[in-house]
Amino acid sequence: MKSAVIVFPGSNCDRDCAVAVQRSTGSKPAMVWHTETALDDGLDLIILPGGFSYGDYLRSGAMAARSAVMSEVRRLAQKGVAVIGICNGFQILCEAEMLPGALLRNSGLKYLCKPVTLDVVNSQTRFTRAFAGRAQAVMTVGNADGNYFADAETLRRVEGEGRIVFRYHENPNGSQNGIAGLINEGGNVLGMMPHPDRAFEADLGSADGALVFQSVAGAALEVA
Amino acid sequence: MKVSVEVFLKPGVLDVQGKATEAALKGLGFANVSDVRLGRIIRFNLAGASADEARAQARAMADKLLANAVIESYSVEVSEA
Repeated sequence: MKSAVIVFPGSNCDRDCAVAVQRSTGSKPAMVWHTETALDDGLDLIILPGGFSYGDYLRSGAMAARSAVMSEVRRLAQKGVAVIGICNGFQILCEAEMLPGALLRNSGLKYLCKPVTLDVVNSQTRFTRAFAGRAQAVMTVGNADGNYFADAETLRRVEGEGRIVFRYHENPNGSQNGIAGLINEGGNVLGMMPHPDRAFEADLGSADGALVFQSVAGAALEVA
Repeated sequence: MKVSVEVFLKPGVLDVQGKATEAALKGLGFANVSDVRLGRIIRFNLAGASADEARAQARAMADKLLANAVIESYSVEVSEA
């Protein structure tokens, strides 16, 4: 699988993502700086990592969403390349309008850093096929702005289209409908607040996150 | 022109910081306070623009970056520099 991790100033899970992908799938991602204006058309997967891009200035993800590399990410996403935004990456995808909604301050106002149990709502996506038969998964959240918001009509649409992939078993942050992760209309862009990149080996408390990367790698193999 | 763009969460979007601030104010004895909202003011100068042009330009800036239309609404004020 050919993959790339986009690195913004203030990203801090870029290396975690690279190690997670390599250990989960055996292939090592390229690290791509945010000023890059040409991404490899042969990519199978692009990861927007967690962190605090641009210091969370203005709004979390707002600056990164408008950086040079994002027009390339958008172009490849339109061609069907898989894109995963994790935590700050999810915020960036919403700010870039590649996913609907926005991430608000957590309802309890606190930065939350803890393992959470997720209900696997849809294991038919290219990001979750390896979860088939699994009702739940455990991954870690680490954020202050993880409270998913979308207007009522958008919520109805994404729910109706089966685009919710993960839901918090116990809602930690006020997210509407307990949404922890969802996909775009085309099914090739996933945003999620919990970190699969912090849960890819049993030593980390859970290996469930590896299934996300393995799902994408499996889909990439089929295409190839 | 001097421009000021004021950005607030839309009505109906839970403003947790406003709520917490309101609770703190009440705790300090300001019992009659309600509807506390926290927002953001962005000020800047625009050279060589009329008031109308400055307003239009500020709106474009708000639509493209300064506000997120999913959760926020904004207002623009323009005055002579």
